[in-house]
Amino acid sequence: MEVHFVLNGKKRSVDVGADTVLMNVLRDLGCKSVKCGCETTNCGLCTVWIDGKSRLSCSVLAAGLDGHEITTLEGVEEEAAEFGRFLAEEGAEQCGFCSPGFIMNVLAMMRELEDPDIDEIQEYLAGNLCRCTGYMGQLRAIRKYMEVRKGAQS
Amino acid sequence: MNTKDVSELKIVNHPVPKVDAPALVTGKAVYTDDIAPADCLIVKIVRSPYAHALIREIDTSRAEAVPGIECVLTYKDCPDKRFTLAGQTYPEASPYDRIILDQRVRFVGDAAAIVAGETEEAVRKAMKLVKIKYEVLEPVLDFRKAKDNPILVHPEDNWKALCPVGADNRRNLCAHGVNEEGDIEAVLASCDYVVDRVYHTKANQQTMMETFRTYTYLDTYGRLNVVSSTQVPFHVRRILGNALDIPKHKVRVIKPRIGGGFGAKQTAVCEVYPAFVTWKTGKPAKIIYTREEALTASSPRHEMEMHVRVGADKEGHIKGIDLYTLSNTGAFGEHGPTTVGLSGHKSIPLYGKTEAFRFSYDVVYTNVMSAGAYRGYGATQGIFAVESAVNELAQILNMDPTVLREKNLVREGMAMPAYYGETTRSCALDRCLARAKEMIGWDEKYPCRDMGNGKVRGVGVAMAMQGSGISGVDTGSVSIKVNDDGYYSLMIGATDMGTGCDTILTQMAAECLDCRMEDILVHGVDTDISPYDCGSYASSTTYVTGMAVVKACEELREKICQRGAEYMGCSADDVEFDGEKVTDLKTGKSISRKDIGNKVMCFNNEVLSASGAYSSPTSPPPFMAGIAEVEIDKETGTVEMIDYAAVVDCGTVVNPSLARVQTEGGIAQGIGMALFEDIVYNPKGKNYSNSLMQYKIPSRLDVGNIRVEFESSYEPTGPFGAKSIGEIVINTPSPAISNAVQNATGVIIRELPITAEKVYDGMKKLAENRSQQKV
Repeated sequence: MEVHFVLNGKKRSVDVGADTVLMNVLRDLGCKSVKCGCETTNCGLCTVWIDGKSRLSCSVLAAGLDGHEITTLEGVEEEAAEFGRFLAEEGAEQCGFCSPGFIMNVLAMMRELEDPDIDEIQEYLAGNLCRCTGYMGQLRAIRKYMEVRKGAQS
Repeated sequence: MNTKDVSELKIVNHPVPKVDAPALVTGKAVYTDDIAPADCLIVKIVRSPYAHALIREIDTSRAEAVPGIECVLTYKDCPDKRFTLAGQTYPEASPYDRIILDQRVRFVGDAAAIVAGETEEAVRKAMKLVKIKYEVLEPVLDFRKAKDNPILVHPEDNWKALCPVGADNRRNLCAHGVNEEGDIEAVLASCDYVVDRVYHTKANQQTMMETFRTYTYLDTYGRLNVVSSTQVPFHVRRILGNALDIPKHKVRVIKPRIGGGFGAKQTAVCEVYPAFVTWKTGKPAKIIYTREEALTASSPRHEMEMHVRVGADKEGHIKGIDLYTLSNTGAFGEHGPTTVGLSGHKSIPLYGKTEAFRFSYDVVYTNVMSAGAYRGYGATQGIFAVESAVNELAQILNMDPTVLREKNLVREGMAMPAYYGETTRSCALDRCLARAKEMIGWDEKYPCRDMGNGKVRGVGVAMAMQGSGISGVDTGSVSIKVNDDGYYSLMIGATDMGTGCDTILTQMAAECLDCRMEDILVHGVDTDISPYDCGSYASSTTYVTGMAVVKACEELREKICQRGAEYMGCSADDVEFDGEKVTDLKTGKSISRKDIGNKVMCFNNEVLSASGAYSSPTSPPPFMAGIAEVEIDKETGTVEMIDYAAVVDCGTVVNPSLARVQTEGGIAQGIGMALFEDIVYNPKGKNYSNSLMQYKIPSRLDVGNIRVEFESSYEPTGPFGAKSIGEIVINTPSPAISNAVQNATGVIIRELPITAEKVYDGMKKLAENRSQQKV
């Protein structure tokens, strides 16, 4: 069936099957930032935004997305690079395979929560697994990023 | 330049961001599956449902008839020459016990047939139509009963061991050995106390986020090109040559960015399948392991059972250690003979004053998934056993376990008979332990504090060591050349798997050449063009390949000076190179690196480049101390991580932020091993831990706070004084957390993981014993 949606600000029409998952559609459309780490909705690597909210694209059927707006890391590249600099300062991107999904969720958190404390950050990002960093460097990067953004706003 | 004082270093010992960071954080298409051609055949494996069986009939006709199917390959198509998938220097210590597809299947998940087709759907459909009639055989599932069991995992006549590792396929033995010094029985007999215990560590999955994956194609010359997520490209070239029975010059291996390895990708887990398809069909092919395959048919940590005896006098002087390790290599012997060695060689030497030691081992074949290399590589298991035994000794002596260690730990200048007779030339283990105690507030918190809410917090300690490369074996080489405008290209064969070796080797080169990071391009591995490197494993890259960088850069500096002098018409003895220009000290005249770079491209008869190779006769150990603080729910036995203080001596820290993240990441993985991770089989050998639903790795809510500091020694044989960091960091959590549970509750867990059930049962038993004593 033909599905029409907006991907990273551009209108797209795709022919999908009833069982086609969004993750595969996005990778086929060239959004290679979207990664698969588990197939069982445990790892968070395939996180994208649907209408601005974080979703696991491995568990969303493409057929149901007619008229929706989808954002991948490619669609927020500048913002990703900005936060990514903080991540890289800590050396906390490491292998980088989980970085796109993680960054999508961090940026979603920045939109959704106002000045979250550590517990709120940890809870928000609990579904984003990382095997390289032990998570501490990611947290340092987030807190420094938040500090700088706060400074820029005030 | 390697003799610069650490405080004078401008780039090394600084937290430089990784050179690939901008691409990684913006999600660029840089990993294997991102760059694979769209027309690759999809390759999948039909896997055995039985732990041990012989394929009696295999009918592929219906599967081959599915539209879009290119081929279905079975054992009948495979060369009958055995090889190993272990990525090790030739001749490999791991026995040659595999063929691509075998008539005998040896674990649930072993490959029975290869299906390749145009689409995933067609391949999945065809897989169901491959009809296999198995003769089901009784498996060997208990590794304690494997040795000399009448059921043989490898009865075949063409099984062979290339090295004298004590292997005997007629006894299910993958390796056997004894290593000792002094009379251990006499020393233990003379001790006031001897702790005699058995510890058991389970198989664990590396669980790198990117599963195993490879794509293959034939190039202009009909050669097999292999793009793979591997830690060992040069070994993969040999392995594929062996597996396909083709000359090695027919194989080229390229490593793109890798989504983690941790040792998993030191075994060529998936490369042979698409390679075989491409070689047979001439068409490009790709295999992407599902997470399920990566958890059931991969290369996890060796399960080990370790019998430890530690003897000491009344004052707590440890006089002798005896360790017997039984290691389970599973269906195949990858890394079996070598991992077991570290369980003794990198645990016993932590105690520097022993009068005698003995380390003996058996490595056995069983009908479970083959084990492989995992960060720590046997040291992790051995250190859990020996450190736990020392913690039990402390309890028997009624002594603070940190004080017991202070009396006995290895110090700089001490000989380590159990570590191949090497002497520590750099060791800050004493400072590591002292600092870790300060960080956690040991003296205030030991042994435990009742929190008054049904919970008790305990602290526990462990020490660790590892090596820096395999002495006398591992070889790293690099070459570096000067290009237009004087920029450098650094060609390395070491494999960055996310750890940052492309960055830290560039840092070293920039430090040697007095230039900026951005003046040097670093090239990833391509076996056709990169200089040989055994690969990134055994904690070798910083130390071994780092020294090759230093050597190559020293030579290049000299050549730049000579060339500059030549162009200026003066003597090379009179010039100096400051990184930007060569100056004639007599006249003050100079020529820039840029001009030299451009001049060598015109009327030139000698390339301006240098190469260096390095292999070390020693493997200087990094050291560390780890202290865990955990909270235990007295009602349920649930263990929660509160705090972890780790202090590492990796010599000079080449990149403080990367070394810190390595340490934090290793500790988090170690916490997973200690508390959660377990590969569970049913009585028929089926692996239940086949998804991230069952095989739980720590999330950010499970690791507590992890704090890392460095106490550096200076390793005189290492680049800028550096030793390794990559593996040691996983070794302290299991024994330290176990000790914290012990100090909080009195419960001693000798089999990982430390689950709530085990702690609860232990507490119940202690309470029963106490009430019986009262009666």
